[in-house]
Amino acid sequence: APHGTYNLGRRATEEEVAAWNIDIRPDGKGLPPGRGTVSAGETIYTEQCASCHGVFGEGAGRWPVLAGGFGTLDDQRPVKTVGSYWPYLSTVYDYVRRAMPFGDARSLSDDDVYAVTAFLLYLNDVVTDEDFELSHENFTQYRLPNEPNFKADDRASEAHYADRSEPCMTECKPGPVTVEMRAAVLDVTPDAENGEQMGSGAVD
Amino acid sequence: MTRKSGHTANWAPSRRAFLTGAAGAALTTSAATALPGAARAAGDPAITEIKDWNRYLGEGVDAAPYGAPSPFEAHVVRRDVPWLTADPVSSVNFTPLHELDGIITPNGLCFERHHAGVATIDPAEHRLMINGLVDTPLVFTMQDLQRFPRENRLYFLECAANTGMEWRGAQLNGCQFTHGMVHCVVYTGVPLKLLLDEAGLKASGTWLLAEGADAAAMTRSIPLEKALDDCLVAFKMNGEALRPEQGYPLRLVVPGWEGNMWVKWLRRLEIGDAPYAQREETSKYTDLLDDGTARRHTFVMDVKSVITSPSPQAPVTHGKGPLVITGLAWSGNGRISRVDVSLDGGRNWQTARLDGPSLSKALHRFYLDIDWDGSELLLQSRAIDEAGYVQPSKDALRAARGVNSIYHNNGIQTWQVRADGVVENVEVS
Repeated sequence: APHGTYNLGRRATEEEVAAWNIDIRPDGKGLPPGRGTVSAGETIYTEQCASCHGVFGEGAGRWPVLAGGFGTLDDQRPVKTVGSYWPYLSTVYDYVRRAMPFGDARSLSDDDVYAVTAFLLYLNDVVTDEDFELSHENFTQYRLPNEPNFKADDRASEAHYADRSEPCMTECKPGPVTVEMRAAVLDVTPDAENGEQMGSGAVD
Repeated sequence: MTRKSGHTANWAPSRRAFLTGAAGAALTTSAATALPGAARAAGDPAITEIKDWNRYLGEGVDAAPYGAPSPFEAHVVRRDVPWLTADPVSSVNFTPLHELDGIITPNGLCFERHHAGVATIDPAEHRLMINGLVDTPLVFTMQDLQRFPRENRLYFLECAANTGMEWRGAQLNGCQFTHGMVHCVVYTGVPLKLLLDEAGLKASGTWLLAEGADAAAMTRSIPLEKALDDCLVAFKMNGEALRPEQGYPLRLVVPGWEGNMWVKWLRRLEIGDAPYAQREETSKYTDLLDDGTARRHTFVMDVKSVITSPSPQAPVTHGKGPLVITGLAWSGNGRISRVDVSLDGGRNWQTARLDGPSLSKALHRFYLDIDWDGSELLLQSRAIDEAGYVQPSKDALRAARGVNSIYHNNGIQTWQVRADGVVENVEVS
């Protein structure tokens, strides 16, 4: 049957949609049938994940930390992990299945991903039993601690945006302006002598 | 001495010295007055001697089927900051804003941000799927997409993390590094609305999930209202096919919104009735505030500007007198209505001159032509957009958010121009 205004493209088959439609929502929509235990997940994680993410999810080198960091979100240097920061368990399953292991994406089976997700719950103390099994049936019963701490974009209410009056043009500061901080002191710009130094606000 | 060679040596000037701030005394005298007295009397050898290029033949029209910049421009390149990321495959590089003018970014200089490297895709094997809450789930080939009515639109694309390394203070010495995660090109593409209408949207649809074909399979949730408003599915930039690093053969264009949402190597659009809470909108691209809570769905890139020259990588080398101060301004809310420039660290401001086209959600070029007396300057620019938003100071942003947001740092930038013309990234009282 023709479709749309231009009748361009063709109907996707159910098999084609199933091959690509792998996203999972927080309400569990999209979860494939399957199951995996913490102990099975530990085996997979140790073999395929720990070299970058650390044996206990602590992160190796600059690679992402996956566990811990509880209570640090209002610290000077917060540690944002699955347990301390991520709002939904569905994102763990979805992202591991979609993009991990880094450099060998889509290589884990659906059961493997359930097991690794169960192990990440264990590393983050959300479950404590090594025999715990995560499955499509019980998945949505498990919530991550930081879920309540996300809010909508309310930037427009910040004072500097709420006030849209004409900005000051003359004598806007009392005395002469002084320099408080210099990039050259930190000296982490590429071509500087110490370009390997860790900076703040790194992108990852 | 006359060199009889048709080849141009690569004599690109090195900027390393300026980057490290070890330039010593920058040139404060013009080339003409630097000539020895006898030479000055005889004239400039650039004029009085016959040059190779004035005598010998240059290359023919068959030498460069796809042209490249002059070898003297070899320093105008994308650069990266190795310590920013664990691996260059999931990383970012920076547009050399300090060397560019106007508002269009050359394709080869557009900053890159990948999460699993550059996907190499044969367009004959690329497909775009639409599924979810639609009447007819569809598959398009690239040829199918070329048959829809097209639009050409100029838009900036700014990474949400642009200027993110500056939240705690002045850190990187150059606007390429502090502001270079932005580019602006003309996109040719199909309005997303036409493609979604072709599949037939069900009334229950409120969100769209866009997904890439690369090894990161990047996904972002986009409100359907935005998808139907001004988003494009683009296959050309600045007239030619997308560069591989910009999503060849197909990318999503999400005007005014954070670059992460402009999914490259676009392969799938799913219609749903709720956001999908993907990794790139939960773990990443959420903005942590001082109290430990975080904002999500901070889509719009707010009003912003930066002076691109003078800047740390573009010192003043010509001494006192006429000086062109220039920069860029942009806003995800629409057009830029005004840019003010301060020479004294924000005490006093004068309105700069906007030049060139003023287009919604595109870069704007501004100039302030001054007569520099050689004294120290503390340069700042402050943009105002058509919605009336005024670019805030860094301190105002920190007061509202703290220093751990990573993203959406659009605070006013200060460059210190010293008497010797050397420029540094600083923060001021």
